[in-house]
Amino acid sequence: MNGFFDIPSDLQHSWSGLIGLHLREALLPVAAGLLLALPLAQLCVRFRRLYPPVLGATTVLYAIPSLAFFVVLIDYTGQSELTVMIPLAVYSLVVLVPAIVDGVRSVPGETLAAATAMGFGPVRRYLQVQLPIAAPAIVAGLRVATASSISLVSVGALIGNQGALGNLLAAAQKYDRPELAVNAVLTMAALAILCDALLVLLRTLLTPWMPRGTRRPRPAARSRRPEPEAATR
Amino acid sequence: MTSTAQCSRSTTRYTGATAVSLAAAAALLAGCSSGDTSDNPLAEEKTEAGTVVVGSNNFAESTLLADIYGEALRAKGIKVTYKHNIGSRETTYGLMKNGSITVLPEYNGSLLAYLDPEAEQESTRAVNEAVKEKLDKKLTLLEPSPAEDKDSVSVNAETAKKYGLTTSSTLADLKDVAPELVIGGSPEFQTRRQGLKGLESVYGLRFKSFKALDAGGPLTQAALAGNTVQAADIFTTDPTIVKEKFVVLKDPENLFGFANVTPLVRKEGLPQEGVDALNAVSAKLDTETLLDLDAQVQLEKKDPLDVAKAWLESAGLS
Amino acid sequence: MNVLHFINAFFSDGAHWHGYDGIPQRLLEHVRYTLLALALATAIGLPVGLVTGHTGRGGNALAFVANAARALPSFGLLVLVVLLIGFGLLPVMIPLVVLAVPPILVTTYEAVRSVDPSPVDAARGMGMRESRILLRVELPVALPLILSGLRSAAIQIVSTATIAAYVSLGGLGRYIVDGLYQRDYEKVVGGATLVAVLALLTLAVFWAAGRLAVSPGVRGR
Repeated sequence: MNGFFDIPSDLQHSWSGLIGLHLREALLPVAAGLLLALPLAQLCVRFRRLYPPVLGATTVLYAIPSLAFFVVLIDYTGQSELTVMIPLAVYSLVVLVPAIVDGVRSVPGETLAAATAMGFGPVRRYLQVQLPIAAPAIVAGLRVATASSISLVSVGALIGNQGALGNLLAAAQKYDRPELAVNAVLTMAALAILCDALLVLLRTLLTPWMPRGTRRPRPAARSRRPEPEAATR
Repeated sequence: MTSTAQCSRSTTRYTGATAVSLAAAAALLAGCSSGDTSDNPLAEEKTEAGTVVVGSNNFAESTLLADIYGEALRAKGIKVTYKHNIGSRETTYGLMKNGSITVLPEYNGSLLAYLDPEAEQESTRAVNEAVKEKLDKKLTLLEPSPAEDKDSVSVNAETAKKYGLTTSSTLADLKDVAPELVIGGSPEFQTRRQGLKGLESVYGLRFKSFKALDAGGPLTQAALAGNTVQAADIFTTDPTIVKEKFVVLKDPENLFGFANVTPLVRKEGLPQEGVDALNAVSAKLDTETLLDLDAQVQLEKKDPLDVAKAWLESAGLS
Repeated sequence: MNVLHFINAFFSDGAHWHGYDGIPQRLLEHVRYTLLALALATAIGLPVGLVTGHTGRGGNALAFVANAARALPSFGLLVLVVLLIGFGLLPVMIPLVVLAVPPILVTTYEAVRSVDPSPVDAARGMGMRESRILLRVELPVALPLILSGLRSAAIQIVSTATIAAYVSLGGLGRYIVDGLYQRDYEKVVGGATLVAVLALLTLAVFWAAGRLAVSPGVRGR
């Protein structure tokens, strides 16, 4: 019982089971965050005065350490996956709203005017012009949110085996088996790299009109608001 | 897709690409969620009737005992699910009360000290009765086992030598040196009566500072062995006491009371045959056995579930 | 459950204001971890970012290293390092520095790369040495963006340093982890509030640093 893949029975999952659980606990919140962020960001673009307070509120939310978030939620959602996923969805939302707002705002006015002149209604213009042009910025936000989410799930181990691969870390400590911690760190890093690569691929698919190598947002556009970075709290 | 036909070429391509990538993303998520649906903890929350949920605290012995209880119940044909590594008693007791867990390995005197910090602890029988009185009405304690695992204040060999402490020294002997010592224990040890509070009120011990570690686990063992702390809350069944030559200080005032391994159960959740099965475990489990089983898990690194099954079989309980 | 009530109770309890577990001591520990980790990460990330940004070489390697470092989970790294080398300040510094280097490194590189090439060429034409060009021309122009990278790193360190409490270290995370095991919401909420306030203070410090350090000519653009 001290091999790299000998998962202690009290985790009640195989290694691949933990991976599946980890991806679900990390990615569903990002998806939920995106679904919430799109309308919220559109509101912020539409009503400019809304943006500063939304930005302020999200900054404060982002500053709350995840563990505290989990502990406070236990009373409402129990020691369950949901308790881990709700804060992760909030963090994703916080990362994605500014990314989407900046992305949508960066669409040149003449492009919008051209779309309007072609008879595009506001909904169609949003879906077929603004969102596609904002896609690189949105994907950049998704990359940050995903990396952060994959890392943060592991903190759920502290609230009773809710950290998927993070549970391996608690087990490594409980049974004094460092190889389990090595396994957890490497597997999580591999998942993060894999998901990041998939998102880069997604961006390539979403922006077929862009020549290779110029897909990164221009540095000048970034200087106003650098992309938020992944964080583990 | 009809609208895309009217669009410019690039938009058509874009929409197609979106569909592809959305499908890919959906497949990814679906793939993830189909990974282990049977073990979804959310599903466990709504326990189906007749299933017994066995919980455990966040230290190795608790996991081992929960496995022993769970497998003993399974041997009687009772459906069992586990909820391991939950946390401290402060958390698990709440989950027992609200019905998230049906069975939890407990230590009778430690549970009494949690329910009523001032209660006298005269004998293990009396402790059991006192606990039953204080317990939430939906809960009860079954028969205590002879196996005992107490909290203790232990010092490392270096500290023992420096201050002339031996295995016959008591906590009272620590009074003058305590202000020079850093004591370690689980975070909850800091606020429990069977912890810093009682050490001060019963023995007048005031330590230099407290270092929050884990519940008698490897962090505590390593911190004491490495002299990061000079004294620590070490469980008396801890196999590292012998290995690292820790000195367990005597407790003449019986602050740490009795700590016999005893099943805490929800009355309505456990059928009579389950009660009988757990009482049969208690009858066979003594301190020597527990020491041996703990050593198999903590020193030989065997899986607790395997150790539990092997012992149940050897004891004729499987 | 009223969060404001818990915050009030936590801060009005006199016992939380002194001793080794008092707010001043825990705050001091937290700030100490943060400053030390930020200093180490800056010492690594800033020079490398400046030089690669100036020469324009190694951008891909740098992006690769930064992405790999970003993929490492901080909590996992912390537990692993503690298991391997034991207690002390070093095990906390390793995950925090790994966390903080990528934003500093990448933003510094990007910042120097995005400096308008014409003043750089002008400086070169005037016969300035490359090191002087970097420090006197590129650095002042790139400073706002570099500061934003440092700010981002600092905020992450402040919130991530809380997990150090899980492996028995101090800092404000102590209140959150202790509160979890003692089932003391006052401590959890109080600790979280302190961390959030510290993070916002960090933002304010960087805002002020930006006002002071960035040349008015650059700021106005």
